[in-house]
Amino acid sequence: MTVLLSASLALKEMIRNVGRFASISAVIALITVLILFLAGLGEGLALGNRQYLESVDGQLLVYQDTADVQIAASQFDRSIIASVRRVEGVEDVGAVAFSSTVIEPLGGRQSSEDAGQRVSLIGVEPGRPGAPRVVQGSGFTSSSGNEVVLGRQAAIRTGASVGDVITVRSTQGAVDERYDLRVVGIADGQQYQISPGALVPLITFDRVKPKGEVQADPSSLVFNLVAVRAEPGVDAEVLGERIEREVRSVEAYDLVTAYENVPGYTAQKSTVDTQTGFTLVIGILVVGGFFQIQTLQKLGQIGMLKAIGASNATIAISTVLQIVFTNLIGVTIGALGTAALAATFPATVPIVFREGNVLVAVGGLLIIGPLGGLVALRAALRVEPLTALGLAK
Amino acid sequence: MTVPASHDAAASTFPNTPAGVTGPALVADGVTKTYQLGDQTIYAVKDVSLEVQPGEFVALVGPSGSGKTSLLAMLAGLLRPTEGYVRIADEEIGSMSDRALTRFRRRNIGFTFQANNLLPYLTVLENVTLMLSLNGRTTPAAVDWAKELLDQLGLGDRLRNLPSQLSGGQQQRVSIARALIHRPAVVLADEPTASLDTERAFQVVQTFAQLVHDNRRAGIMVTHDLRMVRYVDKVVQMRDGVLERVVDAPEEIRALSEGAP
Ligand SMILES: Nc1ncnc2c1ncn2[C@@H]1O[C@H](COP(=O)(O)OP(=O)(O)O)[C@@H](O)[C@H]1O
Ligand SMILES: [Mg+2]
Repeated sequence: MTVLLSASLALKEMIRNVGRFASISAVIALITVLILFLAGLGEGLALGNRQYLESVDGQLLVYQDTADVQIAASQFDRSIIASVRRVEGVEDVGAVAFSSTVIEPLGGRQSSEDAGQRVSLIGVEPGRPGAPRVVQGSGFTSSSGNEVVLGRQAAIRTGASVGDVITVRSTQGAVDERYDLRVVGIADGQQYQISPGALVPLITFDRVKPKGEVQADPSSLVFNLVAVRAEPGVDAEVLGERIEREVRSVEAYDLVTAYENVPGYTAQKSTVDTQTGFTLVIGILVVGGFFQIQTLQKLGQIGMLKAIGASNATIAISTVLQIVFTNLIGVTIGALGTAALAATFPATVPIVFREGNVLVAVGGLLIIGPLGGLVALRAALRVEPLTALGLAK
Repeated sequence: MTVPASHDAAASTFPNTPAGVTGPALVADGVTKTYQLGDQTIYAVKDVSLEVQPGEFVALVGPSGSGKTSLLAMLAGLLRPTEGYVRIADEEIGSMSDRALTRFRRRNIGFTFQANNLLPYLTVLENVTLMLSLNGRTTPAAVDWAKELLDQLGLGDRLRNLPSQLSGGQQQRVSIARALIHRPAVVLADEPTASLDTERAFQVVQTFAQLVHDNRRAGIMVTHDLRMVRYVDKVVQMRDGVLERVVDAPEEIRALSEGAP
């Protein structure tokens, strides 16, 4: 009964003051768009850093112990592979090497601005942990062929598809060398260091990667990490400790620790989180300020209502419902607006809406109203019915 | 000040004494309200006793600061007396909790105020039926009666208007309908004519008096304008917090309203 009356009072006031409530809903809608895009951008950036590492079909990544979990600082040669493989509980291992290169435009450069697409070049052992799962094409046919598997983003940005031959351009010594590689597969999500991924067999990687003038030992294959797949039923943490014990000068980390230590990953994430937090706080202050001012303007009405017998519950529920409705309308419009805007973005824009992130953001947005409205609620509850007669206690 | 003849004619048709045999609708006994200002005790209302019968319309008059509003607030259950008690519809309201008092007010008391009388976002009809909603008694028959009351108050064609579309006098009349719609024992009006011109003020008080009489409510109206007492059955004069004089002879009331001392 009280709830029905409160809801009807709240809604009638909103309907008959549409302009006033629409303006605060519009502000909430804009804050919603801002928050959702921040969350999307944060997720897009994070994904750009962690996508490849996250997709490794293994549980552990082995680093040089002096590398301090920095991939670029970790350097192994082939001998490490056998040592790690020997550890009990290891099912399979694969070497992984990281560099970057440029894919030249398909059909040659059309203009001087058309510099090609920068990609993360990732060397893997076909069939071993770290190698990509292709969703199109056959995948690698040999461990040393001139073949490449493109991550989805690399395929979209270069326009290459399975069967095409792409040219990569790497600076080796003082000159730019070009290598033709046949696209043998497309794999989902292979970004690393905010660049699309292009994966090649490790031996091919060694040939096409950018190199300095002098190489320490041109005959030996160098790579950065060893990806480890545990035997079924083997606890990854226990296995990691065993590897560190039995293999000299290595450290083993799970995939999450690995990508959290990619340079910039944590810093970017906390920057975006801080911006999101600030925007939510601004939202709380804006909504709080609006409803507080509105309540202060209505003290006379509220006093009258209490004098004629409206309970504090009726007043409180009405106040809260109004805030919740206004907030809900704003967040809904903002979310729909964000979806509409996002649909117009090209696939290359690094904004990614992940269900979990969006739900957390929307949850945060839905509480800014009630949280901001607490001050207004307090003011409304403190009004004395006696003020209806122009008297105060 | 001369009053239009129509008011006199209408006033004379109202019986000045209620016919009922039941007890008083409102009893105040030895009601006192003091305020402490430093070590000084201010008597806003001092030892006031008063009875109002169903169907009786009482004016509470007196100079500014004489305690009219404080007394009205205590009769309304909005202010607790320092001493004495108030009984409405045979219930002593002084001992009730705040929550119980709120409930009691919405059931047994009708109000019109000087300001902030109506909710600006409710229509005329909704402002009146709000009292029914608060009491959980919004029946079709009650809504019909709300329309009838508004019709009697000359607002039959303004039911869907918002208060902002009405004049001050019309707004006052809406609040009179609201004060009566839930058939309360007592109807209280705080300076209902304060913001109206003389002509409208007389109309409002006259209609108010008629409705109090017809519906057998106990009506109490605070006013500082003695001319308004011509439609009441009893005038209670306050001075310095004390009940100075009660006038209930019709000819004396008429004399008072025409400016006699
Ligand atoms: N909250 C209060 N504190 C102190 N004095 C008050 C308070 N309310 C009213 N008074 C005093 O009580 C007296 C009666 O006031 P009031 O009931 O408003 O009279 P009236 O309505 O006749 O003008 C006045 O002297 C006023 O100053
Ligand atoms: Mg007063």
